[in-house]
Amino acid sequence: MSVLVNKDSKIIVQGFTGSEGTFHAGQMIDYGTNVVGGVTPGKGGQTHLDKPVFNTVKEAVDKVGADTTIIFVPPAFAGDAIMEAADAGIKVIITITEGIPVADMIKASDYIKDKDCRLIGPNCPGVITPGEAKVGIMPGFVFKQGKVGIVSKSGTLTYEAADQVVKQGLGITTAIGIGGDPIIGTTTKEAVELLINDPETEAVVMIGEIGGQLEADAANWYKESGSKKPVVGFIAGETAPAGRTMGHAGAIVGGSDDTAQAKKKIMRECGIHVVDSPAEIGKKVAEVLG
Amino acid sequence: MNLHEYQGKELLSSFGVRIQRGLVAQNAEEAVAKAKQLTEDTGTGWHVIKAQVHAGGRGKGGGVKLAKNLDEVKDIAGQIIGMDLVTPQTSAEGKRVHQVLVAEDVYYPGDSEPNEFYMSVLLNRSNGRNMIMYSTEGGMDIEEVAEKTPHLIFTEEIDPATGILPFQARRVAFNLGLSGMAFKEMTKFVTALYTAYDKSDASLFEINPVLKTSDDKIMAVDAKVTLDDNALYRHKDLAELRDLREESPIEVEAGELGLNYVDLDGNVGCMVNGAGLAMATMDLIKQAGGEPANFLDVGGTADAARVEAAFRIILKDPNVKAILINIFGGIVRCDRVAQGVVDAYKNMGDAIQVPIIVRLQGTNADIAKELIDNSGLDVLSATEFQEAADKVQQVLS
Repeated sequence: MSVLVNKDSKIIVQGFTGSEGTFHAGQMIDYGTNVVGGVTPGKGGQTHLDKPVFNTVKEAVDKVGADTTIIFVPPAFAGDAIMEAADAGIKVIITITEGIPVADMIKASDYIKDKDCRLIGPNCPGVITPGEAKVGIMPGFVFKQGKVGIVSKSGTLTYEAADQVVKQGLGITTAIGIGGDPIIGTTTKEAVELLINDPETEAVVMIGEIGGQLEADAANWYKESGSKKPVVGFIAGETAPAGRTMGHAGAIVGGSDDTAQAKKKIMRECGIHVVDSPAEIGKKVAEVLG
Repeated sequence: MNLHEYQGKELLSSFGVRIQRGLVAQNAEEAVAKAKQLTEDTGTGWHVIKAQVHAGGRGKGGGVKLAKNLDEVKDIAGQIIGMDLVTPQTSAEGKRVHQVLVAEDVYYPGDSEPNEFYMSVLLNRSNGRNMIMYSTEGGMDIEEVAEKTPHLIFTEEIDPATGILPFQARRVAFNLGLSGMAFKEMTKFVTALYTAYDKSDASLFEINPVLKTSDDKIMAVDAKVTLDDNALYRHKDLAELRDLREESPIEVEAGELGLNYVDLDGNVGCMVNGAGLAMATMDLIKQAGGEPANFLDVGGTADAARVEAAFRIILKDPNVKAILINIFGGIVRCDRVAQGVVDAYKNMGDAIQVPIIVRLQGTNADIAKELIDNSGLDVLSATEFQEAADKVQQVLS
């Protein structure tokens, strides 16, 4: 078991023939991911990386049964790409694109809210179920199969956490990069919930950062769920000054309740094993799993 | 991107939001000329001289003053322009004032008492919708109002499919206790304000105070406007309003080199790929007994040119006593980064006088470590995160 993506996912790449799309689709295919084609408007009918190119997402759904998409299209067109995927009936929409205007994301998230789909990202590294499907830009070799789920706002910090977990002799069920933007499709709480409900996941690593309420919401949900699965947490940005955006558009301390300290306090109160040092994530996971 | 008050007000006015009118001046003589002009245009007797810097709390620092005649306009504008204005939102050194807004006096006596409100438009991150937040308690620090009298703060969520609806505008006016002409004025004001926010791709409007004048007009007396950087490509006219004088020169330079850099007060510089890992590295520096001197995300490519650019930016800060490079190589190969560090180090000759700790993990980390260790350079290498922290501690002690 795993969540969101597996070996049976039928994956298409939106922005397939662009440079980012080409490079990462190639890496995904090399990993063994079931990429069934791609979409680039105006290039339908061509073949790219030995896979069919379609003009529209709908065509890809109809002809090759696509159910999952990964979006690499440039920021100005990414909101539209998300809505097109949802309209075509894609179930899992993973958006890598960074720098989408907030207004476009407000519109896109409103458009998809009543549709039967799940958006991951934007501005995220994607999702990987080791040994089955890499639907993202992460280095596949870092992620070994195992029983620990990871949820993170950050790309490289996800790789760091996975590496530490693997070096403890453990492995990963699914790692979900939810993204660092102010508006994201799948929240920390929803991603943690998916992993807590996954029978093969025995522990969850939850990595957050300053800004917003997502980690607090996830912590409160975890407490109320009464789950016995251990969650290990880390929040980046204890040393970040208030009012400054730290790289990720959403990583900004707005008040007293979205600092790293405040988030860690709530997480601890909700029974999450919080580490203060980002170097101790793996060790703590090994410890709680005994 | 932040706008000056006068720029923000011009933006609001272009969407039909009533504003306290004013003219911007670069020196005392110009301020007098603009004050005369403003009296002709508006009939105002007194003038308010307001420092134009990107910081709140300007009044508290002496950056906003009332001038009752043209001599006072000249004196006050002369004092404010060129001063280093210290407010609760600036550093202790303050911010240099380059220009003032000469504004009309809107607190004139009349049939009713003037009344101040608070209003902002911003994204509600918890549901991905914009909202209007407003309060009867204008002219005050809104965080304080939120803490002491939260029942005096109201919000109005905006459905993105419809925009602000007439009943919502009426509800705002009712909640602010308005009636008659002021009520109508407020519904127009809040509707125009939201439209301006929406059409300009703003990420924050904060109008504090919104004033009901003694003759029942509703107007914006101040305007804090932040625009969504990601949407500036479709607002070329607004993008041109950027005032580089208001930003840290080193951050501007880093931005031009494609580096995401935030200047901090500490003693250990850092260079990291990825924003989350960069923040985590700053935290680790602190736990190792140092203080981070910066946030720096070099992004997905870390070749010699980029590493060298990053070195030069970090070393502009004289407080830097050590530099920690932390790269998790995924798609980026660690050996390329290592070669970049070695080349940059050699190119820069004696420019680097502080110890460097390089932690490379991920793709080709072993080759990278060997490359660094055999380079003969004064660089400490590490592969584990904790090891890097220990080495920072070691060089600081």
